[in-house]
Amino acid sequence: MKSLVIRSRERALRVALPVIVLALGLAIWEAAVRIEAIPPYVLPAPGLVLRTLVADWSVLSQSLLETLKTTVEGFLLAAIGGFGLAVLFNQSRFVEYSLYPYAVILQVTPVIAIAPLLLVYLQQPTAVLVCAWIVAFFPVLANTALGLNSVDRNLVDLFSLYGASRIQVTWNLKLPSALPYLLGGLRIAGGLSLVGAVAAEIAAGSAGAGSGLAFRIMESEYRLNIPRMFAALLLLSVAGIAIFYLLAFVNYMALRRWHESALEGER
Amino acid sequence: MSSAATNSATSLAALRGVEKTFPNGTQALAGLDLEVRTGEFLSLLGPSGCGKSTALRIVAGLTEPTQGAVEWAAPAARAQSGSRIGFVFQEPTLMPWTDVFNNVRLPLKLAGTPADKAAARVEAALERVGLQNFRDNYPRELSGGMRMRVSIARALVTEPALLLMDEPFAALDEITRFKLNDDLLAMWQALRTTVVFVTHSVFESVYLSNRIAVMAARPGRVFAELAIDAPYPRDANFRTSAEYAAFCRRTSEALARAMAAGGEP
Repeated sequence: MKSLVIRSRERALRVALPVIVLALGLAIWEAAVRIEAIPPYVLPAPGLVLRTLVADWSVLSQSLLETLKTTVEGFLLAAIGGFGLAVLFNQSRFVEYSLYPYAVILQVTPVIAIAPLLLVYLQQPTAVLVCAWIVAFFPVLANTALGLNSVDRNLVDLFSLYGASRIQVTWNLKLPSALPYLLGGLRIAGGLSLVGAVAAEIAAGSAGAGSGLAFRIMESEYRLNIPRMFAALLLLSVAGIAIFYLLAFVNYMALRRWHESALEGER
Repeated sequence: MSSAATNSATSLAALRGVEKTFPNGTQALAGLDLEVRTGEFLSLLGPSGCGKSTALRIVAGLTEPTQGAVEWAAPAARAQSGSRIGFVFQEPTLMPWTDVFNNVRLPLKLAGTPADKAAARVEAALERVGLQNFRDNYPRELSGGMRMRVSIARALVTEPALLLMDEPFAALDEITRFKLNDDLLAMWQALRTTVVFVTHSVFESVYLSNRIAVMAARPGRVFAELAIDAPYPRDANFRTSAEYAAFCRRTSEALARAMAAGGEP
């Protein structure tokens, strides 16, 4: 009984404390701008940022949709590509040894440095998408590969005792074992595909053909429309949070009945 | 009811001059000769590291002997080992991502048994271990003893001629272990299957077995064979009888000699 009270109090604190910090921060920010009379092109007050968000909603929502579309497409391609490569690597050492180093090279080279080069050879929407894919696929690949290799040895023996085929082992044993790892990879990939999309949009920004949120940020900077910059940034941040929690929810729904990571409550 | 199994001496399988050396150079078994007789309850008893589990894995075909061979009385038994052998590991070794029913169904699913036919056999196997009301539970929702029952149900669902058990109850508390010992004996008698049971408990091996093969280590080999000629069914009365105590003393002495012969690690 007592522990239940403590637990619910702790849960309330975990929600309340960040909200209080946010409210305090915004209040100080708003007060500072008003007292010091800081002009909006240097630092807009939070109230002005919100008003700009509402006033420019037609432009900003278009950009948000554009960036989200790239992010989701990049994420899906990364999920399919990372997962597919991991399964392929798991089936064939030959393929793994041949390709794995290049996957690592793609991962360790900063995407912001690759983006301008991609823009030389690819149409801008394609280049942005490829960037989102490059950043996001590796966590899916690495995690899934780890999962496929983390199968209970006794279960492997059991499957071989019952004469299971390679396909049966992969489908009935390796893939379910790897699911928690795959989902962990996807959670990282979700955030990264947004990062990739934004990085590519910024790299493309000077070329000027884009319409995503990062492009709006660059454009607003040139025009000294700082309140709109903040508004776009706010939307990016909210999009990132939404992606994270959406994937966390998928993770929880898929694993809640059996995996340690998703179990809750008393033992 | 006295056991007919002890008298029927037909061989089901025999390990002949089996030697196993691991790639790292460790010699787990050398010169191992052991016969498994149809219908018997045979225990492999020995200190840890004497190669009991390795011998069991060789019988199951999970690992190949370096020298020697396993000879099967009926060649078909080996050919269809998939459905002729059941194996119970020290851990329950269940798939955590699916429920009890699907865990027990696994061997049938891998063999391509039609779903309706498989369902009836799974239900029967679950009933045999007393878990018919837990078919929809996930392994993590069960106690250690219940998980082991699921594991046994899975091993029995193919109605194997030979059931291999690798210290299946070593991790359980004594109360649960005694209960599972009794249930296992009841199933063994009902199904008339052959059991090879690996254990390091003298008391458990005497309680369960027709015959005990005491193993010595470095290298692993059969040091002595003891017949436990007490009638089945055995129950709590047997556990407290002077006869049981005498068998345990003789087995303990054999084990002590085997350990002396195996040298200190």
